[in-house]
Amino acid sequence: MFSHLPFWPESASTTAGRVDALYIFLVLVSAIMTVLIFTTLIVFAVRFRKRRGRPAEQIEGSTVLEITWSIIPFAVFMSFFVWGAVIYFQERTPPQDAMEVYTVAKQWMWKFEHAGGQREINELHVPIGRDVKLIMTSQDVIHSFYVPAFRIKQDVLPGRYTTFWFHATKAGTYHLFCAEYCGTQHSGMIGWIVVMEPRDYEAWMTSGGGNQPLAVTGQQLFSQFGCATCHRAETQGRGPNLAGLYNRPVLLEDGRTVNADDNYIRESILEPGAKVVKGFKPVMPTFQGQVSDEQLNALVAYVKSLTQPTAQPVAGMATVTQ
Amino acid sequence: MPTSPVAAVSGHENDHAHDNPALLHHFATESQQKNAASLGMWLFLAQEVMFFGGMFCAYLIYRYKYFADFGSASQQLDIKLGAINTVVLICSSLTVVLGVRAAQLGKRMALVFWLLATIVLGFVFLGIKADEYAEKFEKHHVPGASFSYHELLPSQEKLPPEDRQYANPHHAEMYFSLYFAMTGMHAVHMIIGVVLFAYLAWMAWRGRYGPHYYTPVENAGLYWHFVDIVWIYLFPLLYLIDRHR
Amino acid sequence: MATAVPVDLERENYLNAGYGIKSWLLTRDHKRIALLYLLTITFFFFIGGFFALLIRLELLTPAGDLVQSDTYNKLFTMHGMVMIFFFLIPGVPAVLGNFLIPIMIGAKDLAFPRLNLLSWYLFVAGGLLMFYTILAGGVDTGWTFYTPLSTEFAKTNVITAALGVFVAGFASILTGLNFIVTIHRMRAPGMTWNRLPLFVWSHYATSIIQVLGTPVVAITIVLVALERLFHLGVFNPALGGDPLLFQHLFWFYSHPAVYIMILPGMGIVSEIVCCFSRKRIFGYKAMALAVLGIAVIGFLVWAHHMFVAGISLYAALVFSLLSYFVAVPSAIKVFNWTATMYKGSITYQTPMLYAFAFIGLFTIGGLTGLFLACLGIDVHVTDTYFVVAHFHYVMVGGMVVAYLAGMHFWWPKISGRMYPEAWGKLAALIVFIGFNLTFFPQFLLGYMGMPRRYHAYPPEFQILNVLSTAGATVLAVGYLLPMVYFLWSMRYGPPAPPNPWNAAGLEWMIPSPPPTSNFEEQPVVTWEAYNYDELGEIPQKQEVPVAH
Repeated sequence: MFSHLPFWPESASTTAGRVDALYIFLVLVSAIMTVLIFTTLIVFAVRFRKRRGRPAEQIEGSTVLEITWSIIPFAVFMSFFVWGAVIYFQERTPPQDAMEVYTVAKQWMWKFEHAGGQREINELHVPIGRDVKLIMTSQDVIHSFYVPAFRIKQDVLPGRYTTFWFHATKAGTYHLFCAEYCGTQHSGMIGWIVVMEPRDYEAWMTSGGGNQPLAVTGQQLFSQFGCATCHRAETQGRGPNLAGLYNRPVLLEDGRTVNADDNYIRESILEPGAKVVKGFKPVMPTFQGQVSDEQLNALVAYVKSLTQPTAQPVAGMATVTQ
Repeated sequence: MPTSPVAAVSGHENDHAHDNPALLHHFATESQQKNAASLGMWLFLAQEVMFFGGMFCAYLIYRYKYFADFGSASQQLDIKLGAINTVVLICSSLTVVLGVRAAQLGKRMALVFWLLATIVLGFVFLGIKADEYAEKFEKHHVPGASFSYHELLPSQEKLPPEDRQYANPHHAEMYFSLYFAMTGMHAVHMIIGVVLFAYLAWMAWRGRYGPHYYTPVENAGLYWHFVDIVWIYLFPLLYLIDRHR
Repeated sequence: MATAVPVDLERENYLNAGYGIKSWLLTRDHKRIALLYLLTITFFFFIGGFFALLIRLELLTPAGDLVQSDTYNKLFTMHGMVMIFFFLIPGVPAVLGNFLIPIMIGAKDLAFPRLNLLSWYLFVAGGLLMFYTILAGGVDTGWTFYTPLSTEFAKTNVITAALGVFVAGFASILTGLNFIVTIHRMRAPGMTWNRLPLFVWSHYATSIIQVLGTPVVAITIVLVALERLFHLGVFNPALGGDPLLFQHLFWFYSHPAVYIMILPGMGIVSEIVCCFSRKRIFGYKAMALAVLGIAVIGFLVWAHHMFVAGISLYAALVFSLLSYFVAVPSAIKVFNWTATMYKGSITYQTPMLYAFAFIGLFTIGGLTGLFLACLGIDVHVTDTYFVVAHFHYVMVGGMVVAYLAGMHFWWPKISGRMYPEAWGKLAALIVFIGFNLTFFPQFLLGYMGMPRRYHAYPPEFQILNVLSTAGATVLAVGYLLPMVYFLWSMRYGPPAPPNPWNAAGLEWMIPSPPPTSNFEEQPVVTWEAYNYDELGEIPQKQEVPVAH
């Protein structure tokens, strides 16, 4: 809606319009405030310039005025806060069934892997009209994933996942910038988000040829690294059964209950001793240094894909009776 | 209408105060000078609290995150030496206070004695600390390239050998990084204190301090008490994790 | 009305009381120490300004074609470090604060003159370390030193830069400590808290932040240096550390630091607005409480620099809310300055022109801070030129303008000479135009999505960058002019009377330049601050009539 304004970024997502509306509101309020203050200053400067025979009038102050011009701005500020908080809340709660893309940032490039196994570097193809969630990590320093056309950015940290989601609304090619200074080629760590009509996107997905879905890669790694020896599907092994684990509460040995989100799964592979599930011994070895970020992404994707078999309760998961 | 301060009324009561050689020219009275010095020292200690506070903050966060590993690393410290050091420091705070008292009573040699006693106790502390550091060095527990850690988590000895868990060496190194940073910074402050007391002992021997003027002794004492208090926090946090088991 | 004071340039004053390098380098006179600071911060201002000019020249074209990427990264890093730690933070407190606070409260010197001198030497030592860093190839971590980039990946002189900041930080702590004790203990009889000039209140609030906040960044950069030397892991995720811990510790100081930078300027503006409106400040109590409020609440908002850094949603909500709280006292100050002009008797000498500029530019800068405190907007504009524009509006349009205002206002007192008024007005106009041309386009660039710290950029951003660089060249001229004519005035400027502006305040009741001990006898204050009802109008001419 605002894209035709000069010096305005393109709008290509559901958030863009919302952020623009809030921004325009703040611009208007600020402009009014600025004009008010500037005009008052100029009027006073002219009207009350030094004139012979008219000395200054000493005015101590006015508590009423002080309170008034504290409360009214404060109320206006609160409107800014609430509106901004609502948008932020929406931005930080990805929808449940968003399409996931794993992102690995490194000096100085962006690597993407779609659930279907397609890999991209510095370019990300997404369809219009679907929620897309990026699960991101960095191999080295802090980067930041920034798409001005979507009006969102999210820092990408080493050692953990951060997420970023959007719902693209307009086909086109939009800037992707790294927005956290990361060294020599920081300004070269740029790319494109290519938003496509659903049909074009389907075509693109199948054109790559012979890509193995990420979760399948993960399954192979699961065997290769020996995870299956302890984490059995049918009977209880030395490790908890992972079926249906994703996004469920987990009761730990030390009494805490945590949510088995992406970071939990990732941490459990790299630092198994950090959160030991109740009823299990801390015998899982760490895979830190043995598994790359891309392999981790595949393993996490695989674990997430394991759905719960209907009848059996999963050991270690918090239930009503525990 | 005020034209110039020359017209202001200003008594001459304070003239004789300037007979006191310790009174600096920009202060009007001795009590103003003393109060200023005290307030200055308290403010300095406030910023020292913030300085150590940053490290304590980092320590508390990682201790919460890596509790078991920190427990294991903590048990590598010699609790006897730590306890002795605690007693040594508390005694040195006592000697400082006795020194201030001696100054107030005009007892020059007693003041010198107590200041020297404080210095001696400070050296005892630093000597024990150096011994502890040397032991860490020998066991390769100093963070950096030569760090190596292969110790059990607390209470693992009770388990059969094949079930025993070892501490994560990275987290143990985190503990030792903070241990050296915190105790090292504390030791630097102690060394500064010892040097300060050496200077004060020298000045005391020359008769500089007495009932009319002992502010530097008092303020140095405040500084020393602060250094003592930092240790009283460091000792339980670093040495006594999980010791009750 | 200024009485004709016989001009006696041979009269003993702090400038001619003792000649020779030793009398300056070993001085305990707060006024001489202020001048020592003036020399050194001016030196660093020009170094930082030179880096800024190179940055803007590079940004004339989209391609990175003037300097290499690594060089550009060093330029913006060192521009930031030098300007923040070696110009803005010491800036007004170390120069004008040092010079004026004892006089304004009726004292002979600060509480701890030797500590004052020590603080200057520490500042110089820190500055030498920073200068060495520049000569040895620079540092390229950004002034914010984010980990693990600064601890594990940067290949430049991080440790010497960190040490330079650490040592200079001590100077800041000692200055603040000195001011707090001085204001508490050295006030002349009758100078109650309610009669203190707002300049003194502002410096009191600033000093609280300096004493309590600086040590935190000190220990943080010590940890960064240790981590870099010994690969400790406190901030390194590969070893179990947390890079966000660094950010929290860093911003815990660096946010209050911006209030260290702006509060003294607000104090200056209060003095000037009152003098050139011939009126007592509107709402003295509110103004004093406002600076204290800004100082206290300013400690509670640091994570608004981290909304997209990976903090929890709830933390973000809390810090956004608190950031709006801290905006209220700042707004109050703008309204009160404006109200002070109401029914005043206003004249437009150079200090007042700069004060007007401050109020206008600080308003814009402060309002854009509200944009950044707004979570929904911040996610889009953080780490873009919007932030760069915001902080330059408050730090340059606010603070540097206030500094120039103060230098002009108190120049007669400091030097005993009047600066040339016509040139002063011209320079103020050039600064105002140059500043807005440089930084307003950057708001637009930021919303369009141009990230900060970018050496090269997509071509659609060029036109605004060209405007910005053009403005920077104009601004540079505006800054050079006062350098030239202040120096000129020291030799050729008309001698100044004790009170050229017929202003209120103890500093205007002693000769220009003041004698070393400030007052012949300790004043006893029996009048309220800003007693312009008694003082009357501003004199027609600010110079001492020359007897023929």
